[in-house]
Amino acid sequence: MSKSSTPAKDGKIKIAIDPVSRIEGHLKAEVVVKDGKVVDAWLSGGMYRGFENILVGRDPRDAAQLTQRLCGVCPTAHSTAACLALDDACDVKITKNGRVTRNLIFGANYLQSHLLHFYHLAALDFVRGPGKAPFVPRFDQPDLRLDEKTNAVAVDQYIKALEIRRICHEMVALFGGKMPHISGQVVGGTTEIPTKEKLAEYASRFKEVRKFVAETYLPTVYLIGSVYKDLFKIGGGYKNCMSYGVFPMDEEGTKTLIDSGVYIDGKDEKFNPALIKEFVKYSWFEDSCSDLHPSKGKTIPDVHKEGAYSFIKASRYNKKPVEVGPLARMWIHNPELSEIGKKQLKDLYGIKAVKFRDLGEDLAFSLMGRHVARAEEALIVADAINDTWLKEIKAGEDTYVESKVPVTGEGIGFTEAPRGSLLHYINIQDSKVANYQLMPATLWNTNPRDDMGQRGPVEEALIGCPVPDTGSPVDISRIIRSFDP
Amino acid sequence: MSLTRRDFVKLCTGTVAGFGVSQMFNPSVVQALEKFVPHVFWIQGQGCTGCSVSLLNSVHPSIAKVLLDVITLDFHPTIMGSEGEVAWGHMTDVAKEQKGKYIVIFEGSVPVAENGHYCILGEKDGKEYTMLETTLEMAKNAAVVVNVGTCAAYGGIPAAEGNVTGSTSVTKVLADNGIKTPVVNVPGCPPHPDWMIGTLVYAINAIEEKGLEGGLGEVVKILDSEGRPTPFFGENIHDNCPYLSKFDEDEFSKVFTDKENCRYELGCKGPSANADCFKRKWNGGVNWCVENAVCLGCVEPGFPDEMSPFYEAG
Ligand code: SF4
Ligand code: SF4
Repeated sequence: MSKSSTPAKDGKIKIAIDPVSRIEGHLKAEVVVKDGKVVDAWLSGGMYRGFENILVGRDPRDAAQLTQRLCGVCPTAHSTAACLALDDACDVKITKNGRVTRNLIFGANYLQSHLLHFYHLAALDFVRGPGKAPFVPRFDQPDLRLDEKTNAVAVDQYIKALEIRRICHEMVALFGGKMPHISGQVVGGTTEIPTKEKLAEYASRFKEVRKFVAETYLPTVYLIGSVYKDLFKIGGGYKNCMSYGVFPMDEEGTKTLIDSGVYIDGKDEKFNPALIKEFVKYSWFEDSCSDLHPSKGKTIPDVHKEGAYSFIKASRYNKKPVEVGPLARMWIHNPELSEIGKKQLKDLYGIKAVKFRDLGEDLAFSLMGRHVARAEEALIVADAINDTWLKEIKAGEDTYVESKVPVTGEGIGFTEAPRGSLLHYINIQDSKVANYQLMPATLWNTNPRDDMGQRGPVEEALIGCPVPDTGSPVDISRIIRSFDP
Repeated sequence: MSLTRRDFVKLCTGTVAGFGVSQMFNPSVVQALEKFVPHVFWIQGQGCTGCSVSLLNSVHPSIAKVLLDVITLDFHPTIMGSEGEVAWGHMTDVAKEQKGKYIVIFEGSVPVAENGHYCILGEKDGKEYTMLETTLEMAKNAAVVVNVGTCAAYGGIPAAEGNVTGSTSVTKVLADNGIKTPVVNVPGCPPHPDWMIGTLVYAINAIEEKGLEGGLGEVVKILDSEGRPTPFFGENIHDNCPYLSKFDEDEFSKVFTDKENCRYELGCKGPSANADCFKRKWNGGVNWCVENAVCLGCVEPGFPDEMSPFYEAG
């Protein structure tokens, strides 16, 4: 994105942002700008670790520990998906208290992740931080519009949110052992039975977190949105989305706090696991890894592959690119908006909305729409902790069911990480891992083109992004970060 | 640097009262901490950002204080305001200016297969920089290299058996390339925030007292044979475990939820792990791995291969 970039004869300028910072992982964005707008985009995942290969031959139970180390922001999501896959493969039915304890662990990390995302990853897109590294340098034209007073309040919130997210980690650790990377979730349930004392500790910490979510985070997102109203008009993408559903509300796993479903071409569909596939024409993997359901999945890197530009495979649902994450979940679940949301939408935006979909496709599927969805979801999770799980949980009642690793078997775990749909698949032979396939949210959102030539969801969302000054392409990474890639 | 004496003492002790201040952190030294605010670059290779997220949990001193007063963090992919060439250029400019005086922190391991292509960190003037070449370049001119996390220190999970990326530790990459900058390892998957901040503060403190060379000499003195600062990694978990008497009496838990007995038969790797988790505990002291389930030995060079299967007695 050097400022010297001069347009080629056709008026096109190619710019690259690498690293895209304030995300988890390594990502590069390359776009072509014409007449001040993005006309094409490529996203490149710059790191490959090969967990799938490292897992082969190991004790299946180790998968929950090893796969957590895929992501330090959402280890509990991987631990959850791995344990669901293992519960399935080992044929265990967990206890009610086990399920609820898992929800208390995962729910606290949901809140941690959403707060971390908004305040510590995305907020600097809108807020001027202290005039010291790492908050400076910035682009010459950072487009920071908050007035001085509001900005100062936002900086205070940034610092307060550091503390609140740390408290969320303490809540996770109370039953999960420690954070990041919990020890407390295993096949069959959780390793700790909540005691009265620990529940009281959890509840007292939670009070402060819930207050911050409801009274600070949620109104602030709407307020910032009202200063950046134009950001409700960009970053829309395909407007196709998917959710596996998350937070089991019964032991059969038939009901979840947030619904599963698919929304494609303006129509709602029931989620069908058989329709998931991965494609690798433009990814640094052997072509034999393409067009496969995860249960047949293969992960064989090929860094010399002609035309490839990313270590991310292109995940597709029924061959369609779909967005995943809080916006996808809120769109599919379509909950009633928070009171503060309804009020602020009316006062600040003049919009009368009761349920999430009342925002309409065009506003919801946008850069700002994603931040709003995430904040609304945080309150839903907080309310579930408060009104449901803390009431259902029984101090002293068992949370763990013993099981044996089968000689042969397979299992699949579907959940929603805070950043989007997450699947773990395990195949067991000779009581060892024979195949393990992972499909995290990042694969769904930030993937490259597929074998059919379709852009990934974030690539598509970048099309049309305004870039008035190629030396300061702020909106490009704002759009990317809105996905929490 | 504006650490109060109270902050400092808290940092150096565990969360459980009564374990006392480690003798090496002589409080009288703390008063000297006023001027030296080192430039720090935090580079992420093949990792999960868990070390960074754990760092954010620092309580004494708070992470806000660390960022605003204790160090100047010129580069950190997860929290810095800048991006792209602006960020990369800032890092290389300041590194040139601060040659020989800055601290470089590595998180994550280094893949060396395929010329380092398995981990690309950034781009400038159309050239991509791999973790491998960035590691060598940034370590060469640093005053000290701090490897946070077991990946950077010893290779960790990305370097476990079955990997195809040729992943290895920063420590080994530097040794293989003849880079002699002093290296401190702060392992853990992830490390406790106190271990990271405590080590940094100790180094800053020593450099301020004795100058760059003398201070680094002090730092190297407290390292064990695996390059870990002994104030945090000098004690064995099992030898200090509250369940030790049960171990000696052969009283073993059969299920995770039995909290009365020793966790050895469930796979606890406490006997081969050296860290102060047993007294420091995690996340504001609310819990720790052994009280909850088992120790995985995450601070050891053999993690994870020598520690797995995690749930079988070692
Ligand atoms: S629980 Fe682990 S660390 Fe504690 S005594 Fe038993 S084996 Fe040793
Ligand atoms: S108790 Fe063991 S596994 Fe847990 S953090 Fe300490 S060394 Fe690592």
